[in-house]
Amino acid sequence: MSEFQQLSQAPPPSTRGTRPRAHTLRAHTPHADDPPEHATLSTSPFGTDHVPPVRTIVLDRPPEPVRPPEQREALRPVAGAAGPERLRLEDVSVSYGGASTLGRRGANAVRSVSLSIHQGEVLALIGPSGCGKTTLLRTLNRLTELTPGARRGGQILLDGEDVHDLEDTALRARVAMVFQQPNPFPMSIFDNVAFALREQSRRRPRRPELEPLVVDALRRAGLYDEVADDLHRPALRLSGGQQQRLCIARAIAPRPEVLLMDEPCSALDPISTGVIEELIHELRRDLAVVIVTHNLAQARRVADKVAFMYLGDLVEYGTADQVFEEPRAPRTRDYVRGAFG
Amino acid sequence: MSTLVSHPISAADRSGIGPRRGRGSSMRTWRWSDRLLLLAAWAAGLTLCAIAAAIVLYMGYRGIQYLSPELIFSRPQASLTQAGSGGFLDPLLGTMLLTVIGVAIAAPLAICSALWIVEYGRPNWLARVVESGIEIVAGTPDIVIAFFGLAIFQLHLLSFASETAEGGGVTGRSFLAAGAMMSLIALPPIFVTVRDGLQTVPSHMREAAFALGKTRIATIRRVLLPGVRSNIATGVTLGVSRIIADTAIVIVLLGSTLRISPQPGGAPVLGVLKGLGSTLTSYIYENSPAGEGGAPQKAYAAAFVLMLFVLALNLVVERISRAQARSSGFVTAVEGIV
Amino acid sequence: MLSRLRNPWPDHRAERMLGAVALFACLCVLAMIALVAQRAWPIFAHNGLSWLGSGGSLKAQIETMLATSAHPPASAFYFRAWPIIYGTLLITALAVLLALPLSVLSAVFIVELAPLRMRRVTVRVVRLLASVPSVVWGLIGILVLVPFFDNHIISPSERTSVEGTVQLTGAGLAPAVLVLAVMITPIMVALTCDALGAVPPAWREGAAALGVNRMRAIRAVTLRAVRPAIVAATVLATARALGEAIVISMVSGSNFFAPRPSDGLTFLFEPLRSLASTIVDYHEGTSAPALSAALYACALLLLFSAFALSVGGYLIKLPMRKYQTRG
Repeated sequence: MSEFQQLSQAPPPSTRGTRPRAHTLRAHTPHADDPPEHATLSTSPFGTDHVPPVRTIVLDRPPEPVRPPEQREALRPVAGAAGPERLRLEDVSVSYGGASTLGRRGANAVRSVSLSIHQGEVLALIGPSGCGKTTLLRTLNRLTELTPGARRGGQILLDGEDVHDLEDTALRARVAMVFQQPNPFPMSIFDNVAFALREQSRRRPRRPELEPLVVDALRRAGLYDEVADDLHRPALRLSGGQQQRLCIARAIAPRPEVLLMDEPCSALDPISTGVIEELIHELRRDLAVVIVTHNLAQARRVADKVAFMYLGDLVEYGTADQVFEEPRAPRTRDYVRGAFG
Repeated sequence: MSTLVSHPISAADRSGIGPRRGRGSSMRTWRWSDRLLLLAAWAAGLTLCAIAAAIVLYMGYRGIQYLSPELIFSRPQASLTQAGSGGFLDPLLGTMLLTVIGVAIAAPLAICSALWIVEYGRPNWLARVVESGIEIVAGTPDIVIAFFGLAIFQLHLLSFASETAEGGGVTGRSFLAAGAMMSLIALPPIFVTVRDGLQTVPSHMREAAFALGKTRIATIRRVLLPGVRSNIATGVTLGVSRIIADTAIVIVLLGSTLRISPQPGGAPVLGVLKGLGSTLTSYIYENSPAGEGGAPQKAYAAAFVLMLFVLALNLVVERISRAQARSSGFVTAVEGIV
Repeated sequence: MLSRLRNPWPDHRAERMLGAVALFACLCVLAMIALVAQRAWPIFAHNGLSWLGSGGSLKAQIETMLATSAHPPASAFYFRAWPIIYGTLLITALAVLLALPLSVLSAVFIVELAPLRMRRVTVRVVRLLASVPSVVWGLIGILVLVPFFDNHIISPSERTSVEGTVQLTGAGLAPAVLVLAVMITPIMVALTCDALGAVPPAWREGAAALGVNRMRAIRAVTLRAVRPAIVAATVLATARALGEAIVISMVSGSNFFAPRPSDGLTFLFEPLRSLASTIVDYHEGTSAPALSAALYACALLLLFSAFALSVGGYLIKLPMRKYQTRG
């Protein structure tokens, strides 16, 4: 069990949401990150003889800082473990129809993007708001068709087949999606995860057939231990992070080939974010993962390949190290260093 | 090696990009129950549209066939022949009078109740009792309300409201009695719309008024009530449309005399209020084969006029809610999905 | 003095005044129950609860009551109302059974399947139909539907089959059920459409993204989510059908006859009466004390059934709340 999963189970229920209470002087539990006590005495600017007593305010739960990036190195595997190519985008453009409002360039949300997505890899789409990364993501499973007036050009190949020629339900069975706001259905946890399994099949599968698949999906999503006692609890009563993991479990239950994630952690607190990032790390062994994020630090932590988009164009595409350490385009360099966005 | 992608205007840009939809899911892969549901939904929808169109067209046809201006403006007369029996001016006036009485009683009651529930509402159980009470009134059949009116207005306590026959029996039937019961009919719609409107007023408006030192009641008068003006208008319009559509109360509490018959020997206005009359609805009922007269043409004409009123009220409600949504950005329950 | 005029009442006084006004509706309800029960008491006193059952000819009992004057004998209070209770249950149940699937499916059609322009027009027309007065529905029924049944649907053999007991005039169970069903459908459609429109688009998107075809997504997610609204709409429509006096009075044939299912298809054309239509038909007879008591007893029964209906609806919705809570 990783540290993050331990952390997510650490706080007892009674302390969630309570304000920190000041206790009377009490030795606090030593924490690995705290500086050693004598350090405060020797570095006091007033000299060693006049030192104010160390008064510690102890919280009911020791604060858990987010680990600095250097300690995350251990999570990323050695590059080159990529599997077969799952999705290939060739010259893909998307527009939302209507009169062009952007002048000569037209109202294209996405312009001429070509990418390749492999199993075993996490591709992060980064860029400032409105650059078309979410539109591109939704085009991959043809969810843009729900918007009237959306048009797509270019080709998207899933395992060599053109996505356009597949039935949309068949496509979405193979390319799953997790949204920004967790959206579990108003049913029990079990019914949520079993939803795709029940509804995608021709013949309605029975309960004994579904149980092992549901449990497996919940395990892979890292939620099983927390909900195992009662799978028939209403899904809407879970916390935000748990709901998002439930949505991930629901998405991966039918064993898709590609998992698309649209800013999955933006509505969550840092602990849940950490849990889900750990999860992505595990999931990419079986799937290709495409994650859209506006959080550069998250992209750094999680991604193997990075595609930087700006105003609908794909500006730079490469491995995470290259895009973050040695970006070629000046715009990428500016964005990555935080000059805009 | 990261690839640097330049962005020329591609051919797709210039010509407008390609197909809108890919292949949808073929119905061959659907289960039987899905196909059945699709078919049933289409069938039901088309049936409903057909019925609606048939009713609207038929009533329109008959109404235009039989309606003439003289019908609206001439008073009904007792007569053996159709030609001599006149029009329905009195029932029309009766409808308007009842509406005015009903709304005049119901609107202040409903607005005060809604204000109390939303702004004060203490103790909690009392607020819930009041809301349940109004819900029960809303769900009571109008015939029961009519008989309740009869029971109340036949008490000697309220004999001022109607006529007292010789022998001491209070008739309990008059415009006042019917109007009072109509107010019970109109109370729930007004209450519900005003309450919902008050609940959607953002709390920062109230807080700003309190911060300026205004008491609650002053806030209500100066800030909240003007803010829910359109809700009040919507509620009153809904109440009016319920009043003009009601027949049972009219038949029981107003009698169905042809003309407005004021109580003899009294002040003019009070005499009318204490007297009997009829409305468009009871006129339609009496002229249909179910009532006394076999004058279906007059019934159709009156029904057409009634439908025009209902249509006008519906349009008013729509316009108010659209104007409100535009100005304030709130979506009221009335607007629905359009 | 001017300042005193300008200053509104202090808060606690205003609160009491408004609260007193708000209690008015509750007082009305209590007064209603009290007065109706008091007027209905003689029937309970003379019959106990068996007035709800059957026994003897209801027509004869009513006519006896009609003929009474100020101090009627105890025998005049004999009352067995089962035929009209049965009529009420029959009409209401059949009308709701007919209207419920029609309404839900039409609402699904309007919100999900219809093209946009058609949807706008249909929603407006549905709202208009929902506010059509019941007397107009009755008029259409009695002037169009009843002659149609009389001339084209009822066959001579069916007439002769029940010749001894009752006369088939075209007005009866079938036209009443049809008119009532068409009357309550727009109300249910309007409420269900509002509820369908309020389903969060996140759920539809989620269902679509899981590779579920459109009708399946509607069935498994959307319709499940609006179940409480459908229950509420059904309760409202049933309450409306239960208390509908005018339409039934015009279209049902006004006969104290209990239609017999054993008659086969003719059962649909037999005339009947409901509680509410009886009250309306005999409303002028309230000067006769026995009849007045009988009518008030029927009104009391209607009052309690409306109340029981809303309680029942609340109880049905209770288990549905479990999965709807948004934490």
